[in-house]
Amino acid sequence: MSKIIYMDNAGSTRVRQEVIDEMLPQFCEEYANPSSVYSLARKSMARIDGAREKVAALIGAQPREVFFTSSGTEANNWAIQCIANTHSDRGKHVITSSIEHPAVLNTCKHLENIGFDVTYLPVSSEGLVSPQDLANAIRPGTVLVTIMFANNEVGTIQPIAELGKIARDHGALFHTDAIQAVGHVPIDVEAQNIDLLSLSGHKFYAPKGVGALYIRKGVKICSLLHGGGHERGLRASTHNAPGISAIGKAAELAQLELAEETSYVARLRDRLTDGILSQIEHTRLNGCGDSRVPGIVNISFEYIEGESLLLLLDHKGILASSGSACTSGSLNPSHVLLAMGLSHEKAHGSLRLSLGRYNTEAEVDAVIAELVPMVKRLREMSPTYPRG
Amino acid sequence: MDYSEKVLDHFMNPRNMGEIDGASGVGQVGNAKCGDIMRISLEIDEGVIKDAKFRTLGCGAAIATSSMATEMVMGKRIEDVVKITNSSVAEALDGLPPAKMHCSVLAQEALHAALYDYSIKSGVAVEGLKPPTDHDHDHDHGEEH
Repeated sequence: MSKIIYMDNAGSTRVRQEVIDEMLPQFCEEYANPSSVYSLARKSMARIDGAREKVAALIGAQPREVFFTSSGTEANNWAIQCIANTHSDRGKHVITSSIEHPAVLNTCKHLENIGFDVTYLPVSSEGLVSPQDLANAIRPGTVLVTIMFANNEVGTIQPIAELGKIARDHGALFHTDAIQAVGHVPIDVEAQNIDLLSLSGHKFYAPKGVGALYIRKGVKICSLLHGGGHERGLRASTHNAPGISAIGKAAELAQLELAEETSYVARLRDRLTDGILSQIEHTRLNGCGDSRVPGIVNISFEYIEGESLLLLLDHKGILASSGSACTSGSLNPSHVLLAMGLSHEKAHGSLRLSLGRYNTEAEVDAVIAELVPMVKRLREMSPTYPRG
Repeated sequence: MDYSEKVLDHFMNPRNMGEIDGASGVGQVGNAKCGDIMRISLEIDEGVIKDAKFRTLGCGAAIATSSMATEMVMGKRIEDVVKITNSSVAEALDGLPPAKMHCSVLAQEALHAALYDYSIKSGVAVEGLKPPTDHDHDHDHGEEH
């Protein structure tokens, strides 16, 4: 394969070698079912316990509050469906935001289909949920508030501690989809008033197929998956021991290197953003300048359409994503950008470049240099581009 | 997106991109809301397409279908251009993904709109040509017309 420049780290990340090394012995040596009684199985269970401690430490939780799942989507489904169901005797109202990932939005739609009432809070032009809006929407029958920690398309970080406090003050439980945040920004579930938190390994250098749900001690929740007594009887399924060890290792490394990695990636992000905005006219940065994850750059290029830009980038080995309708197979462009008040035109012309620890300054410069003629070329073709 | 080699070729190397000065007829269809706008200009002499050019704002398939449409009409008589359907444009590109068939519809509509503009300007009646509907381009992606 020819050399690629991977700028889709918000989509998934390359697995770190240290993480792979942690997994490998579990395929051909420590392959027993971790729930068995013999010593080989106990070895695996010890690794799972160790991983639980590391994931818990990364988010300021106790190990017994961390439950491993098969993905972030499963964690979101579990939290939202099962909190709503378990507490429905108290009320049938759920509050979320209009910019959630489909794993949350469509789970909320499912709740609506089975008789729950869901409020979708609007966001500002920067993608921020207003705590005042939450306070206005919350009512005695609100059982759950679920607001994402950081948005996957534009990277905006919500005022989580404040939103969590409002939920709690009104007797509702507070869940956050932190899949884009864990491993990339400091998180403390205690200080940030979080009752439940979803995370996913492959967004921070562990493999796909493993995630976790943090459930604060004392929160009542039923199971999504019924079966054996795994995960303290709450989440049945033979433990994915290699995946769980991997997410544990990734969490350990993330915690150790958080400050260093954040400042490195943010520096690349700012270089990329400044380069594009200064060298290409009719562009705008989507998101919140002050409150965002280090790795995500979302830019709208006026007078062009995102998919055609992705194709040109792919031709040069640059991998990115877009909020254009043509990349989703639906008629509408990104619901996130539309909720932030962007016109359909600007949303169709959006490009997301997401950076990670493996990106370099040279790659950033190469992407800027490639983008300039590509955008020019597509605008040349565009009937809407103003000509002198 | 799973595009054919031909679609990618027309996208990477678009034919007849640009605009004809003093065109005999110009047609623009689509709107920016749905992300696709296509403009085709034609030079017509004695009922024959002498030149065709396009400008398109849109995805890879939108650019490829407009490029292919201009290539298909070159040198053809008006009555044959009227008969060009969206599926013939798609076929000429070795097919389009189902979600992109609407792009070929746009190409057909842009051709018809340009011919209609020509017939208004020149007073030459073009048989089988309906006035372009000033619709809001309210199609569904994935729908075959």
